[in-house]
Amino acid sequence: MELSDRELPDLDLQQPLSLPRRLFEYGTTAIALGLTVVALLPLFAIFWQIVSQGLQHLSLEVLVALPAPVGMEDQPNGFANAILGTMMMVGVGASVSVPFGVMTGIFLSEFAGGTAIANGIRFAVKILSSVPSIVVGVFAYATIVLATKQFSALAGGFALGVIMLPIVTLTTEEALKLVPDTYRLASAGLGEGRFSTTFRAVIPNALPAIVTGVLLAVSRAAGETAPLIFTALSSQNWPQGLLSPTPSLSVLIFNYADSPYREQNALAWTAAFVLLAIVLLVNTISRQVTRKHLK
Amino acid sequence: MASEERTPYDRALEPEIRDVSIELSEPPPSTAIEVQNLHFHYGRRKVLEDISIDIYQHHITAVIGSSGCGKSTFLKALNRIGEIEGNVNVAGSVRFFGQDIYDRRVNVNRLRRHIGMVFQRPNPFPISIYDNVAYGVRRLGRSRVHLDEIVESALRRAVLWDEVKEDLKKSALGLSGGQQQRLCIARALAIEPEVLLMDEPCSALDPISTMKIEELLRQLRSRYTIVIVTHNMQQASRVSDYTAFFNTDESRIGRLVEFGPTVQIFTCAANSSTRDYVEGRFG
Repeated sequence: MELSDRELPDLDLQQPLSLPRRLFEYGTTAIALGLTVVALLPLFAIFWQIVSQGLQHLSLEVLVALPAPVGMEDQPNGFANAILGTMMMVGVGASVSVPFGVMTGIFLSEFAGGTAIANGIRFAVKILSSVPSIVVGVFAYATIVLATKQFSALAGGFALGVIMLPIVTLTTEEALKLVPDTYRLASAGLGEGRFSTTFRAVIPNALPAIVTGVLLAVSRAAGETAPLIFTALSSQNWPQGLLSPTPSLSVLIFNYADSPYREQNALAWTAAFVLLAIVLLVNTISRQVTRKHLK
Repeated sequence: MASEERTPYDRALEPEIRDVSIELSEPPPSTAIEVQNLHFHYGRRKVLEDISIDIYQHHITAVIGSSGCGKSTFLKALNRIGEIEGNVNVAGSVRFFGQDIYDRRVNVNRLRRHIGMVFQRPNPFPISIYDNVAYGVRRLGRSRVHLDEIVESALRRAVLWDEVKEDLKKSALGLSGGQQQRLCIARALAIEPEVLLMDEPCSALDPISTMKIEELLRQLRSRYTIVIVTHNMQQASRVSDYTAFFNTDESRIGRLVEFGPTVQIFTCAANSSTRDYVEGRFG
C-alpha cells in the first residue's frame, strides 16, 4: 500500500515546544552558563594578575642571581636560592611522604580493606589532612627545630612531608579502589598471592592516579608558607645543606609582598609566576612519563 | 519457542542417540574432585546446602540452574576463590584427588594453580597478549626461550595462536570479546592446571564466539577436567558429559537437585523440577 493511501497518525515532530517551555529552557541554560563563568572568574583573574605582573620582571637574572641588598641598583637581583630551597624541601617532604603514604594507601585498600583497623587508620589520616598547616609548622618546630637547635631545610621538609602524607595516602587508596576486582580475581585465579597480585595486577593499573595524587601533594607543598616560617625560616644566601636556614619561594613571596620596597614587591609577583610555572611543569612532565611508561 | 523447532529435548528423544543404557553401563570414570555434604555460607548467609557431587577426570561437567541458585558460588568453592570476595564459612568436604582443599595446611595459591578458572566476562590484564599468557608462568623462573614455547603452546591449545601470532606484543584489550575469552583460557592453561573451572564463559559473547569456545572445550576434554556453569541449556547439552542441576526456593539457599550423565538429565531426569527446567518450563 502506498504511504499516502494509508491513514497516518497525526505526528507533530516538527512543531516547536510551547513558548514558556522554550523560555524556561533558554533561561536555565543561560543561568548555568553564567554561574560557571562567575565560578571560573577568580581562577582567570589570579592567573591573569600573576602572569601580567610576573612577566614584567622575569629575566634570566632573577632565576640565577641571589637577592641583592635593598637599594643596590647595579647588583644583579634574583631569587635563585629560593627556587633551589623550595625544590630541596619539597624533595625532602616527598621522599618522606611518598613511600609511607603509598604504602599506607596500599595497606588500607588491599590488605586491611573493610576491617576496623583500616577504618581507624583512615579516620586518623583524614584528621591529619585537616590539621591547619600552621599547626604542622609549630609541630615541626617543637620536634625538630628545638631538638637540633636551628632552623633547617630538614625541619621545613619534614613539615611539608606531614602535609603531603594524608593527600598521598588517601588518593592512593582511592586509586587502588577504582581498579576493577576482575583483575584481582584473574590474578588470584592464576595462583598469585595477595602481595604479588597487588604489585603485578593492581598497582600498574592505578599508577597514573597514584602519580596524580603525588603531584597534587607536591603542588600543595610547594605553595605552603606557614609551616616553613617556623622551620626553614629564610635566608639571603644559597642553601647551606639540610641543616641550616633555607629560603623558599613561598616565604620569599610572603616577605616581599608587603615589603616597603617597590622592587621587592615586583619580585614577589615574579616569584609567584615562577612557582606556578614550576608546579605546572612538574605536573606535565610526570604525566607524560607515566603515560609513556604504561604504553 | 515455535512448535516446529526441535528442542534439544526432542533431538535427544530420537532413538539413535537415545540409548542411555549404554552410557550408564560404562564403568564410572575416576574422580578428580569429590564434594561431600558441602554447606557454604557467605558471612551469616547460607548459600549452598548439602551438596554432594563427583567431578570426573577428563570429562566436562555442566552446572545448570536458574539465577541465584548458587551455581557460581559452588564453582568458586572448588578453588576457594570465593574467599577473596568475602567472609566464607564452609562445612563438609571438598577432596581434590583425595586431599581436603579446606584443610588449614593447604596453600590456596598452589591449589589455584592446579584448579584454574575462567570468568564470566573476559578479564585480560591491560598488558600485551604475550605477557597475559606468561603472567602466571613467570614466577616459575623459566628461561626466555622456554617461556616462548609455553606461551605458544597455551595459545595453540586455546585455538588463538593463528589469530594473534603476529601481534603478541600488542595490547590484549585490542582483541574482540571472544578472542579475549580464549586468551583468558590460554592464560589459565599456561600454568598446566588439572581442572578448569568456567563461570558462564560465553554469556558475554556472540553466537560465533560461543561456538568457537564450545569447540575448544571439546578439544580440551582429553587433557583437562572441566566444570562449566552455564545459563544456556543447549550449551550444557552440547558440550557436557555430566550435568548437575541446582535449584533454590524462597529461602534463597541453593541445593543440588539432580546429578547424572547429561543424556539422562536431558531425557529422563528422575526429578520433576529437573524435567521442567530442561524443557524450558521455568528458569
